[in-house]
Amino acid sequence: MRTEPATVRIVLAEDGVLLREGLAGLFDRFGFQVIDMVGDAEALKESVAKHRPDMVVTDIRMPPGFTDEGLRAAVELRRSTPTLAVVVLSQYVQHAYAADLLDSGDGRGVGYLLKDRVVDVEDFIDALRRVAAGGTVVDPQVISQLVRRRSDPLSALSPREREVLSLIAEGRSNASIARRLFISDPAVGKHVGNILAKLDLPPTDDTNRRVLAVLAYLRNDGKPG
Amino acid sequence: MASHTPDRMTCLLRSRIIVVGMPQPRPETALAAILWPRLPISGWPWRSAGYLIATMPVALAAITVLGIPWLILAVKLATGGLSIVDAAALVLVGVAVIAVFGPPVAAPLADLERRRLRLVDTRPIDSPPAGAGGPLERLRARYRDPRTWREVGYVCLLATVTPVLTGVLTVAVLLAVGFVASPFLVMAQRPGDTPVALGFSQITTVEQSVPYVLAGLGLTALLPYLVTLVAGGHGAVARALLTGGTSQRLRAELIEVSRSRTRLVDAFEAERRRIERDLHDGAQQRLVSLTLKLGLARLDLPPESPAAAVVGEAHDQAKQLMAELRELIHGIQPQILTDLGLGAAIGELAESAPIPVTVDAPLDRRLPGPIEHAAYFVVAEALTNVAKHSGGTEATVKVRYHDDLLTVEVGDNGHGGADPDGGTGLTGLADRVAVTGGRMLLSSPIGGPTVLCVEVPCEQSPRPSE
Repeated sequence: MRTEPATVRIVLAEDGVLLREGLAGLFDRFGFQVIDMVGDAEALKESVAKHRPDMVVTDIRMPPGFTDEGLRAAVELRRSTPTLAVVVLSQYVQHAYAADLLDSGDGRGVGYLLKDRVVDVEDFIDALRRVAAGGTVVDPQVISQLVRRRSDPLSALSPREREVLSLIAEGRSNASIARRLFISDPAVGKHVGNILAKLDLPPTDDTNRRVLAVLAYLRNDGKPG
Repeated sequence: MASHTPDRMTCLLRSRIIVVGMPQPRPETALAAILWPRLPISGWPWRSAGYLIATMPVALAAITVLGIPWLILAVKLATGGLSIVDAAALVLVGVAVIAVFGPPVAAPLADLERRRLRLVDTRPIDSPPAGAGGPLERLRARYRDPRTWREVGYVCLLATVTPVLTGVLTVAVLLAVGFVASPFLVMAQRPGDTPVALGFSQITTVEQSVPYVLAGLGLTALLPYLVTLVAGGHGAVARALLTGGTSQRLRAELIEVSRSRTRLVDAFEAERRRIERDLHDGAQQRLVSLTLKLGLARLDLPPESPAAAVVGEAHDQAKQLMAELRELIHGIQPQILTDLGLGAAIGELAESAPIPVTVDAPLDRRLPGPIEHAAYFVVAEALTNVAKHSGGTEATVKVRYHDDLLTVEVGDNGHGGADPDGGTGLTGLADRVAVTGGRMLLSSPIGGPTVLCVEVPCEQSPRPSE
């Protein structure tokens, strides 16, 4: 398992100048090192080749086409450098985007978040740290849609278990889930055990492996794996 | 699902709602009424008779004004003793009178005839537009206008054919009356009187009159048809000669109107994109940046301080505002539609719908903006309707693009009975579709299921540059 480097070196790609400056300030404030800021996907690829950062944070919608340039650059970078952590910021929920990203490499060290999440400063930074540490973070809204779509096999779960499942899928650890739901760690562990059993998923203590298993389950129409 | 009422297919066509399976409409003209089974008991024969009777003074006026030279010619020809030169002179005068006085005489007569036409033809009449310019200019235009000469032709027909037809009809009516009344005429006979003459024969006894009575009754039964036919024919000729000519102008205007409608829609579409882009690049960016700063400031303040409470509140309000602005922009022009097109945008709609929606939209190309937007709007509204009104538990969206025709079908498993008049926004949808030149069909029998289908013709065009 990878360990978090002392300082995470970030290349930031965002075409909006105001937001770019705002994010840079935010990263500085929380001890990340922003080594370069760029405004489009081509510049992002060049910058990564030049600076070899630990993590890339990029907007999906960027010049010149304003569609998914950022995402395509991120996927490409992941292919050439599987260890590069990548967080993409999306204007809207697009499952194909999340899927492309999760399927790039082994699904570790990637994050797919709605752009609006950046204003929930602590949660956003928490997500960045998890991705930098090799975790997988998927936006709660994506998860809630996946969970709703998979209503049939998930009906066996209690409401609380469904809540826990969503939080697992977002990439949270037991401790983080416990804090979020105001319950004890062992209680979370019990819920997690029940969920994995009910969904016929292999029990594991590894948070990352668990996240990927649950995500795969949600994306694959309920077929384990 | 058993249906208790017959299936009803409602067709929303260019915002006009047509319910298929309605009884045959009432005839609109006397001519069309002839094949109508209820003709004899309807008002049409009476209207026709009134029309024909009122024609007589009009025809008389036409004859008096334009027919004098011709009448003289006819009388002279009948009595004989007319030289070729005189006859030719009379013909010339007759033609000259029609050529010179025809147009001014025909105009008021044609006006009157158009007004009278309503008796035997209830369809709308497009009257010729009033001329522009000074009196002399108008007069000159009048002589040049082919419509004027068609009016003159009509008046000539009125002066020649109408009297003949009226005569024939009068004879038929008199014959019918005479035949039916023949037994009474025979009974009223006194010995020594001349026998009752009926047509070419004479009768002297009541028994002899029986076939005549039968023939008279038959003729009487036919009279309504005869009268309606003559009046209807007259009406058809009047419509052809007095009301046409504006259709070409109307067609030209219609083409111009549809073009300007297309231009308006395009302009509206461009404007919507501009507003969306402005809001997104301007207000939204600033707001996110501001909210981010408030979030940072919140962290730097001591948690229990009064400033932390105020900044925290401001942060929450800014977040709320962000959500509202996002909703607003989405309502103007969904970003996913702008960026990724109809297929992806429908996918997003389906994902966020409150019920499971199966999407089958193998759309691998971008369509013109207004069409994408109209189709998106239809699916959004239809899915909202399904969730709100249908009682259905799942829905399907099918999108096809084939031969330059976009077909979008939204179906559900609900209880049906969707009513375009029920304020479900269906009429608004149909209007929206009509603007793009498409049409909308709705099938929603009581008991379900409901299927809403939209067809939009679209020529493949590249995505407008941004």
